[in-house]
Amino acid sequence: MESFTPLTAALGGTLIGLAAAVLWLGNGRIAGISGIFGQLLPPAQTVLWRLVFLVCLVAATFLAARAFPQLGVGGVVPAELVPPPAAWSVPVPVWLIAAGLLTGIGTRIGNGCTSGHGVCGLARLSLRSLVAVAVFFSVAILTVAVTGIV
Amino acid sequence: MPIARLPYLATAALSGALFGAGLYVSQMVDPLKVLRFLDVTAIPTGGWDASLAFVIVPAIAVMFIAVRIGKARSAPLFDTSFHSPEYTKIDRRLIGGAALFGLGWGMSGICPGPAISLIAFQPDGLWLFLAAMLAGSLAGSLIVPSGHVRRLADAAR
Repeated sequence: MESFTPLTAALGGTLIGLAAAVLWLGNGRIAGISGIFGQLLPPAQTVLWRLVFLVCLVAATFLAARAFPQLGVGGVVPAELVPPPAAWSVPVPVWLIAAGLLTGIGTRIGNGCTSGHGVCGLARLSLRSLVAVAVFFSVAILTVAVTGIV
Repeated sequence: MPIARLPYLATAALSGALFGAGLYVSQMVDPLKVLRFLDVTAIPTGGWDASLAFVIVPAIAVMFIAVRIGKARSAPLFDTSFHSPEYTKIDRRLIGGAALFGLGWGMSGICPGPAISLIAFQPDGLWLFLAAMLAGSLAGSLIVPSGHVRRLADAAR
């Protein structure tokens, strides 16, 4: 697998931008996945469209991998999660649970993730989103550098 | 009530499908590829993968145009108004939340979009991550609530 893939990256990014555009101009909703996911459970009232969105997201990922298996991970190359850095000797489940908890609580408190703040917020020229993006990218970059996970 | 209308749900379905296809085509479903973008220590050795930047820039550009188009309209096609985010202040919750998310993202290479789309491939450990992510989101809802009315009231405090 090529490590740097600018063409498929730009094509995929355009599709993601179209997804956000369709949801905004059609339904007036922000395509922020953490918000859509996090507001699936009660007391949220508008669950149905969120469920439809997420089911179609998974189905399209699956079908795209079937239609274009050479294109990426999940097609010919199986998808895998990344194990914790060996030097830390942390059991895999503990690492994944910690990362999942941090992602869930952080995106809720910070009110968005890579899609809500990163794509939609920056496109809306939201200063709040710019701050959030700067913070989560910086911390993520620092985390990768410190843990040596790659 | 817009939520039960067919065009409204079809729009959500189309948007979700475009999103899922985009995540696969761009390979952002691959946690290792995301981590290789975040690993800036690899820049001097030439091992850095800049792909994620090539994903997010066109995505922002397309959405930027959509936001411009939306500004000229009083409402979206299938609802009575645009649902802009309730929260507008830059506060400790925004920064603290973004920092916690950045930590989780850097540990795993998985942000919420890819976390969901990876369900298509069911890699080992994914359900554990998703369950933890949902639990974290519920825990966070004690601080930042769900629902438009509650959020508006909370944002006004």
